[in-house]
Amino acid sequence: MEPRPVRIGLRIFSFGVMAFLYIPLAVIVMASFNASRIPTWPIKNYTLHWWSLAMHDQHARTALENSFKVGLAATAVALLLGSAAAFALSRYRFFGKNSLSLLLVLPIALPGIVTGLSLLSAIEYLSLTPSLVTVAIGHSTFCIVVVFNNAVARLRRSSSSFEEASMDLGADGWQTFRFITLPNLATALVAGGLLAFALSFDEIVVTNFTAGAQQTLPLWIYNQFRLPNTAQEVNAVAVFVIALTAIPVYLAQRLMRESGGIGGRG
Amino acid sequence: MATPTASAPFGARRRLSAFFYRHRWLKLLALLIPPLGWIVVVYLAALVVLLATAFWQQDELSGQIIHTFTWDNVKTVKDDPTLHAVTRQTVQMAVLVTITDILLALPLAYYMARVASRGVRALLFVGVLMPLWSSYLIKAYTWRLMTGDAGTINWALDKIGLGPLHIAFTTTAMWLAFTYIWLPYMVLPIYAALERIPGSLIEASSDLGGRSWRTLRSVIMPLALPGIAAGSIFTFSLTLGDYIMVDLVGGNKTDFLGSVIFRYQGIANDLPLAAAIALVPVIVITIYLLLVRQLGAFEAL
Amino acid sequence: MRVRLVLAAVLVSAMAVAAGCGSSSSSGNGGSGSNGSSGPSLPQSIGPLEGSLNLIAWQGYTEDNVVKPFEKQTGCQVNVKYGQTSDEMYKLMQSGNYDGVSASGDASNRLIASGLVSPINTNLISDFGDISPQLQSPPHNTINGVHYGVSYQWGANILMYNKTVVSPAPDSWGVIFDGTSYKGKVDAYDSPIYIADAALYLKSAQPDLKITDPYELTQPQFDAAVNLLKKQHQQIGNYWSSFTAQIQDFTQGSIVIGPTWPYQLNTLKAAKVPVEAVLPKEGATGWADTWMEYSKAAHPNCMLKWMDYATTPEVQAKTAYTFGSAPANPKACAILDKQVKNYCADYHVTDPNYFDHISFWKTPLSECGDSRGNTCVPYTEWFQAWTDIKNS
Repeated sequence: MEPRPVRIGLRIFSFGVMAFLYIPLAVIVMASFNASRIPTWPIKNYTLHWWSLAMHDQHARTALENSFKVGLAATAVALLLGSAAAFALSRYRFFGKNSLSLLLVLPIALPGIVTGLSLLSAIEYLSLTPSLVTVAIGHSTFCIVVVFNNAVARLRRSSSSFEEASMDLGADGWQTFRFITLPNLATALVAGGLLAFALSFDEIVVTNFTAGAQQTLPLWIYNQFRLPNTAQEVNAVAVFVIALTAIPVYLAQRLMRESGGIGGRG
Repeated sequence: MATPTASAPFGARRRLSAFFYRHRWLKLLALLIPPLGWIVVVYLAALVVLLATAFWQQDELSGQIIHTFTWDNVKTVKDDPTLHAVTRQTVQMAVLVTITDILLALPLAYYMARVASRGVRALLFVGVLMPLWSSYLIKAYTWRLMTGDAGTINWALDKIGLGPLHIAFTTTAMWLAFTYIWLPYMVLPIYAALERIPGSLIEASSDLGGRSWRTLRSVIMPLALPGIAAGSIFTFSLTLGDYIMVDLVGGNKTDFLGSVIFRYQGIANDLPLAAAIALVPVIVITIYLLLVRQLGAFEAL
Repeated sequence: MRVRLVLAAVLVSAMAVAAGCGSSSSSGNGGSGSNGSSGPSLPQSIGPLEGSLNLIAWQGYTEDNVVKPFEKQTGCQVNVKYGQTSDEMYKLMQSGNYDGVSASGDASNRLIASGLVSPINTNLISDFGDISPQLQSPPHNTINGVHYGVSYQWGANILMYNKTVVSPAPDSWGVIFDGTSYKGKVDAYDSPIYIADAALYLKSAQPDLKITDPYELTQPQFDAAVNLLKKQHQQIGNYWSSFTAQIQDFTQGSIVIGPTWPYQLNTLKAAKVPVEAVLPKEGATGWADTWMEYSKAAHPNCMLKWMDYATTPEVQAKTAYTFGSAPANPKACAILDKQVKNYCADYHVTDPNYFDHISFWKTPLSECGDSRGNTCVPYTEWFQAWTDIKNS
């Protein structure tokens, strides 16, 4: 148990850091009501104009939908392949395991511009048409890594003795997976899936290189900034997205709390 | 559980399950080949081709890539003093941001994992996650607004009577913005690592006579280190390859590696040279990864 | 053991496939055909419309208020890919997936030279005769009398400054090239083509360099321009590429002087920011955009129809207003001046004197285009120098 002054100090520091994290977000929220077309500070006049513009903007809505589609697709692929890889690396021993773990970190460790350039060259070489599909494929590579990391961390913590016990009691592979392994892994998959979706949803660099005519939300924002009359609309859209995501994040964290995902110190 | 008179699909499933149990290596392959195949085909192959492009040439007029081997591009990168300066600037910022983020994240993560009550911990966890959902681009533009001469920071300083800071388009502004934007990526792995430490370990340490600081130094920090290393992979590599923040908050006044690569690929349409320059961050990151692997970072991602 | 072998086999074969694919014939299928001028004869009329059109454009050139009526009138469904830079647009044209592009002068010559765009029969463009005389056959889209597109919009890079901070009122580019004035509060355009602005200044400031064309520079002339920009780097606050960002900078006072487009000037003035602009005595660089048709366009008739549509006064006015540019067709002024008082006067749409003082963007080639032969510095070196300037 830490001495009291240390705990108080930590508490103050922590909330200071949280304030640091949220002040810019507060600025964004306020900016979404700024009557001026040009971003200024302090805000002199307030308006709902940007919000009404955002609500009626078909391009923004389509971009948002596209981002969802891409995110869901990439996360789905990531959940399947990431957990498969996690099983392989945590439950088996084989030659080249260390190199494999290095390989599986690369998509997230190498800068997005390198990944984006590689994929663009590949798309051009194969004469593919860039589209939401190519974007999703690009995203899924780093999403796999995120899910893999979370799953493997959980699997490492739980021993395989439960699974073996289950088999000893007569369950086959599938039953064991469904009743023992999967619930154990569930919260790690939820955490990994959420993080993967978040990464895909806000991704701009790789997306810039792999997208065709259809825009995802970050692309829409990137382009919107260049339109001087309506550039400020992006703030309203951003706040809307943050508000929207509060719900699944809160639910996910409650789910994890109940099944002991983030609770428990022992 | 198992009925002696198994129905047909039930029987087939059991036989398949038993088969995989006996031939464990087949199951391993079945698990490994799809993800590995995906990463190799989609990611690795493309990456290899890109890096190979660094050794090819480009026809000046048509822009087609000619597949004849040449050291020229790599030599240009190796010998160009401007690119050395750019690499140095970029690595310096990446290291600085990583250190700052560690200093900010560590106490917060420790508080979240070991001191805060359950409710507060959940609140803080969501609180750290939420900024990840706000657009990176908009955050970058907001930092441009905040660091401007008549921006939020100077406005706040003015309110408390301090003079204006001219940090617009400076490396200081970039440092602040980078530190801000990658902070959650540092907090989460450290938090996960600290949360995993069993309370019994701490108790044992104090049973053995260790006071708080000693416990912190000898027990907690070594166990947190993989988390710190894992978080540093994010902050380091994200800063190393960034070009958007450099433009929006730094004013594109000096180049980072990402800006140069982006420019050579886009404006100059010189893919071989861009690929040769891309070799630099790839090499730097690979070295960094090998270093942090020793610290156990890969297990703490 | 078995796992190891199978894994290794999979990895090796995947690598072999990748390497093997890589060493076969090169990627890209841009047209590097004949040089255009003596090509197949031009169509004498616009044929049946294909129902679809794929364009590469600058953001703002293809807004809904322009595209939707076109789609309704012609049935050609328009798909637009926005290009961020001229070079990106050039690259996109090489892919062969687009029918046309709104090319600036620093891309148009390259497109013509590599045979990516086809000559246009200007008889098919009904408003062609109304286009400003200087823009009917400018060197960036007309070679030896052969038109490779129709001019769309143009603008100049003028010098803008904050009246309350910058004094005396500048009349020369020199104030942003001396390395000390308004340190940290000067901006410049973020593109290697900006080197031409330095060269343009040196044309007057250092006449013994004998600079004639700021885009066709011999090595000593080029080096002088680059050194000037390295000196400027000391006073630079930022290099701008988004005009929205520049507007913000001037509003906030982070930047007080720098080259700009009329759009920023007028937006800032409307927002009561105390700015003023001047076309300095040395002249200015500028941009003039041309709609060009891909030489192997899948929908050539829709493209021709688009070019015809784009030069009508209504469309010219709409785009000029959105983009903040000067229309190529002065008949748009009747509409524009009603929307914004004195629009055409402010943008100097019909002032040939103003026009002549502008050196429009074009691609620097090693071929100087005059008696100096092949001794000029090509664009590849411009951007290499640009990186050096930024990190000086």
